[in-house]
Amino acid sequence: MNISDTEVSLAAGGAAVGRGSRVAGGVAGWALRLAGVVVVALLGLPIVTVLASLIAPTDGAWARLAALTLPQYVTNTVWLLLGIGAGVFIIGVGTAWLVTMHRFPGRGLCEWVLLLPLAVPAYLLAYTYADLLQFTGPVQSALRAWAGWRAGDYWFPEIRSLGGAIAVMTCVFYPYVYLLARAAFLEQSVSVLEVSRTLGVGPWQTFVRVALPLARPGIVAGLALALMEVLADFGTVKHFEVATFTTGIYLTWFGLGSPVGAAKLAAGLLMFVLAVVGLERAFRGRRRFHPTAVRAPQSGGFALVGARGVAALAACLLPPLLGFGVPGIVLLWLALRDGDPAPGATFVALAARSFGLAALAALASVVVAAAIAYGVRQARGPVTLLAARVATIGYALPGSLIAVGVLLPFGRIDNAVDAWARVTFDRSTGLLLSGTVVVLVLAYLVRFLAVSYNAVDAGLSRIRPSMDEAARTLGHGAGSTLMRVHAPMMSGSLLAAGLLVFVDTLKELPATLILRPFNFDTLAIRVYQLASDERLAQASTAALVIVAVGLAPVIILSRAMVRVRPGAGRVNGL
Amino acid sequence: MLVDRVSQPPVIVLRDVVRQFAGTAAPAVAGISLAVAEGEILALLGPSGSGKTTVLRLIAGFERPDAGTVWIAGRQVAGGGVWVPAEARGVGMVFQDYALFPHLTVAENVAFGLHCVLAAERGPRTADVLRLVGMEAFASRYPHELSGGQQQRVALARALAPRPFAVLLDEPFSNLDADLRSQVRDEVRAILKATGTSAIFVTHDQEEALLLGDRVALLNQGTCEQVDTPEGIFHAPVTRFVAAFFGRADFLPAVVRSDGLETEAGFLPQRVAALNGHVEVLVRPDDVEIAPDPRGAGAVLDRLFVGAEVIYRVQLPSGRIVHARQPHTARLERGARVTVRLAPGHPLACFENGRAIAADGAVDAAVPVHSSA
Repeated sequence: MNISDTEVSLAAGGAAVGRGSRVAGGVAGWALRLAGVVVVALLGLPIVTVLASLIAPTDGAWARLAALTLPQYVTNTVWLLLGIGAGVFIIGVGTAWLVTMHRFPGRGLCEWVLLLPLAVPAYLLAYTYADLLQFTGPVQSALRAWAGWRAGDYWFPEIRSLGGAIAVMTCVFYPYVYLLARAAFLEQSVSVLEVSRTLGVGPWQTFVRVALPLARPGIVAGLALALMEVLADFGTVKHFEVATFTTGIYLTWFGLGSPVGAAKLAAGLLMFVLAVVGLERAFRGRRRFHPTAVRAPQSGGFALVGARGVAALAACLLPPLLGFGVPGIVLLWLALRDGDPAPGATFVALAARSFGLAALAALASVVVAAAIAYGVRQARGPVTLLAARVATIGYALPGSLIAVGVLLPFGRIDNAVDAWARVTFDRSTGLLLSGTVVVLVLAYLVRFLAVSYNAVDAGLSRIRPSMDEAARTLGHGAGSTLMRVHAPMMSGSLLAAGLLVFVDTLKELPATLILRPFNFDTLAIRVYQLASDERLAQASTAALVIVAVGLAPVIILSRAMVRVRPGAGRVNGL
Repeated sequence: MLVDRVSQPPVIVLRDVVRQFAGTAAPAVAGISLAVAEGEILALLGPSGSGKTTVLRLIAGFERPDAGTVWIAGRQVAGGGVWVPAEARGVGMVFQDYALFPHLTVAENVAFGLHCVLAAERGPRTADVLRLVGMEAFASRYPHELSGGQQQRVALARALAPRPFAVLLDEPFSNLDADLRSQVRDEVRAILKATGTSAIFVTHDQEEALLLGDRVALLNQGTCEQVDTPEGIFHAPVTRFVAAFFGRADFLPAVVRSDGLETEAGFLPQRVAALNGHVEVLVRPDDVEIAPDPRGAGAVLDRLFVGAEVIYRVQLPSGRIVHARQPHTARLERGARVTVRLAPGHPLACFENGRAIAADGAVDAAVPVHSSA
């Protein structure tokens, strides 16, 4: 009876508690709540650390440097956000509008081909285009040979510039807007658009005045996702020498050896992240994504024939060609021609280490995500609800920010333990956690928990509470229900969640670069190092592996899109 | 009170059960007592928010009563420090959304509750129950391949398979189309009766409750207004709420005289023992006679065509409205003047302060109150 009283008082504190809320009792309930506390602490740690650094003292050298560089970081970041925001908006919304509301030859192909750039990390695109378009690259060389020009005779756009970074990132990040805009357009009732036409409004005006405002929440959400990726990017801006917060954090940490300075820069970056999140919340309004029953213009749609059809096809194929086709072909060609100089066994060991690390991160984040999702379901209360909200913010935090925010406190803990051990046992423990895989996996967990949580939560929501209750009335206890109803119904979602985190971890660069143990290389690190030395041909093998693995979730997503064509379901974790 | 009325030992008994949800002022269930006899079907009827689903969940073991006790098959399962979890209560449940397990076939769904049965008996038992609901041909299908009516039957088969003490049905027909609903309703009643299964089902549809229930319990704001046979609850409502809930009901104020009741629509020769001189008389459309008369006191406001007959909405001089049933052959236009006369042919139910007053002997109760089945 005591336990139940506690449960009731806990439940009373939560939101929306009433009929149908089930409060798990005993050990399971407390374990779920404990998991909630751990998650809140874990995800709160980097944010609190970074914000706390604002009031920490720093040496004068850093302060002088910051005064010089900070305005540059802010200006570059603002230009990147504006340029890429406009770019992904036009490409994403335009292609989504074409494929959902029009009929033209090759539309079905375009629908999923447009997603392909999701498989390519931005930095790989930067490396390939820099290689292609630089002065000594094949394009300019061919141009010179053809026209007989020499250096200085002609003008060619410099790819290693702010404009180049905007172009490259637009090509990889537009699918976020495309995906969500497409879902939003499909969700719109055709009759709403037809009503507009019967009221004497033309197709273009209907798009601007009806379809676009209706799709706004989806478009803004896609835009926010793309801009978060821009803020998180390190590889592209580093390679193109565009000074931003992420490069600044790296430089301050390793170049100046000032962790606190790096944390202060991370706080600056956090402001931009919060601005993007705030923008999204403000524009999304009270609506959420409900890819529910959809009356899509299956047979209908505006027919584009002849030249207009070809133009539509070209408009839809160009972005994936630039964002996936060209870099894919270049990397493949380079890999076949040159490839990684490391002996086969060494490369396999590298890939295995990378895969192992990604698998570890995937496992950890799926387990934690499941604990949070079950916490909300079985032990709904302030702690578990807070954990669920906190779990979803990690994806907005750039890897470099998380790296700094995780490493600083763990370094302090290690130092404290070391000092205590020296005093007590007259022995040094060295660095126990920082500089180990543990911290790296923790950082991945913070960064990608939202991805796995969304996938797990979507799976769990398919198990309606009445199914649990049906199992109970049929004589099955909690454990038996978990094994016989939940496990078989959840396995697909858990696998999908793990796969998404696996791929994201494999691609991750900035946090890995800062947190990896000494001499601990991954595929992404190898690509980064070789490409930084202008050895893209040698980096191509590792890069190709990353792209190949990255294709897996894209294939799953496009298949889901085709299977439940209208609505095109969830865009969780992307 | 009800426990005494049933002759066989009741399968389910609720005694003064209270359930108060956190954060709400009024309890969802405010002291309800019910008993369901062996093989009886009890309909829990009430407007939304009346606590009927909560009562079902208290019996199933998904809610703990804050006071009172719940008994199933002679065993106390909740209240007074006793708590038997849902999986150990031996009651089957059919959910509003059926809650079929999407990863299991029809046969596997039905066998889900048979884990305590010998493996050799599971197959035959599953086949038996599926045959009972007419779904044996679909044993290897998956739930999403079935229509709504078929899913409903599988859900019932799954609940019946472990031979529960009773089956609880939560708005079992609300997800079905109107034409399918009446068919499935008859089938479900036939199956429950054929197996002699005690059942409680929740509904907000009065017609469904009257058709399906051996007895009907009408709930209102967490309390039980009346438990009676369908005829009893329809014709002898004990409160004004019950009277207003069933059918079309108008209430006319009446002055109590020694020889009967004086109303705006004529004199009723029935004596009532009222505390003061005023009561409200329940008037149903078949109790009212109207006749065209240019100097009549009533005015026809509206004409509602309901198939075989017509219901007229008539305004009395006081502004009160009564409804009168007429054969569809007589046709009165809107605005026509009519005389209005009460001609019930049986004593009308009278209410004082919302509660029924027993008729005082002038005529015997025209409708006998049946003892429960």
